[in-house]
Amino acid sequence: MEFFGEVWTWYTDPANWSGNDGLPVRLWEHVSLSVVSLLAGLAIALPVGLYIGHTGRGARMVVAVSNIGRAVPSLGWLGIAYPISTGLFQRGGIGFLPAFIGLVALAIPPVVTNTYTGLQEVDSDLREAGRGMGMRELQLLARVEVPVALPVILAGIRVSAVAVVATAPLAALVGGGTLGAYILQGLELSDEVRVFAAAVLVALLAILTELGFAWIQRSAVSPGLSRLDDAPMTDASRVARPGELGSP
Amino acid sequence: MIEGQPFFRFDWLVDNLDQLARRLGEHVLVTFIAVTVGFVISFALALLIRRYPRVYGPVLAVSGILYAIPSIALFVLFIPITGLSLLTAEIALVSYTLVILVRNIVTGLRGVPPDVIEAAKGMGYTDTQRLWRVELPIALPIIVAGVRIATVTTIGLVTIATLIGMGGLGYLIVNIGVTRRFPTATITGVVVVVLLSTVVELLLLAIQRRLTPWAKAREA
Repeated sequence: MEFFGEVWTWYTDPANWSGNDGLPVRLWEHVSLSVVSLLAGLAIALPVGLYIGHTGRGARMVVAVSNIGRAVPSLGWLGIAYPISTGLFQRGGIGFLPAFIGLVALAIPPVVTNTYTGLQEVDSDLREAGRGMGMRELQLLARVEVPVALPVILAGIRVSAVAVVATAPLAALVGGGTLGAYILQGLELSDEVRVFAAAVLVALLAILTELGFAWIQRSAVSPGLSRLDDAPMTDASRVARPGELGSP
Repeated sequence: MIEGQPFFRFDWLVDNLDQLARRLGEHVLVTFIAVTVGFVISFALALLIRRYPRVYGPVLAVSGILYAIPSIALFVLFIPITGLSLLTAEIALVSYTLVILVRNIVTGLRGVPPDVIEAAKGMGYTDTQRLWRVELPIALPIIVAGVRIATVTTIGLVTIATLIGMGGLGYLIVNIGVTRRFPTATITGVVVVVLLSTVVELLLLAIQRRLTPWAKAREA
């Protein structure tokens, strides 16, 4: 119990609330890095997924690349981004940039795979009906395909978001700060209190992200669409189903 | 990257094949322990759920919460109790396998058609005989699929274990690649991790097909 007292003292110590290594700065680094990386990832992955899902063009290659991408461990993305970033920008390539590149790469594959798969699974009768009603391609996409595929698309976004928030601490390895900075400092100094206190905050952030996106999923999806909550995992987590989990 | 140095140095790779083999060995061992222990625990939980179905909800909820904790956090949360040890790493890794394995074993057992169970009862099978000779063989494809996914997931997670001193292929990525700014080691580590999970996935897929030739017709 004494240990938890020390953790509490760490949280409430004013010294941990000020300066460049203070909680507000680290938290801000964590959240801003996650949000910016996720948005950039979506800006790339959604158009690609929608295009190949709607037209079927280039699908095989994109999905194959995306599947290899999902086999790369989160740590691998940051590791690869680091030399690329420093190679391109010398000293400017340390800190935010390699972390950003790594997290964007991490965010893309689940969204591409799920968007593509979601659109592919839309009943072709619905497409026919839409065309019969005189819808043009983009209208068909926006009014029929995306709404029907929405649960699967959102599940992909949720998996990406949680992965980004959960991996952001590794940014500390490449000088990108975040709450992970405390974990690395703590491991280096054998300061278990600091490690534990930061790990709890990281866990809370990830769980909040998970719950937030689960809520969005519930409120955005048409109630007429059935949910696949308790399905067993059979497709090697390639496609995250609405009730399914990503990678921790 | 140190200036004037090529992005990938094959000579380093050739000189360090022994280290690569050692790290790969560590990686496989840590993964194997996690999946094996995870399977034993999950199997016991699934049998408990088979007998008392009401336990399923709470078990799924607890394992789901464990799964939602980021690996970087879960790997270090137990340090105050178990220190920088293999046990600390395995606690995290085993926790992550539970949700996948329990879900697949239970779903597999529940997917056995009721008339098959009736037939087994009619033939005078005891509960234990029914489990081992009828229910588990029918559930096998889904159970092996769970093992496959749990193993591939674990292989990715073990890379992080290097942060708490457990070596593995993550050591090449972080402790040599990032810390010493040596991209060759990072790329080697990442490529070998991807190869390892691909090989293991194909291997377990082949085992799954081999064990259940009757499932082939339905799979298509």
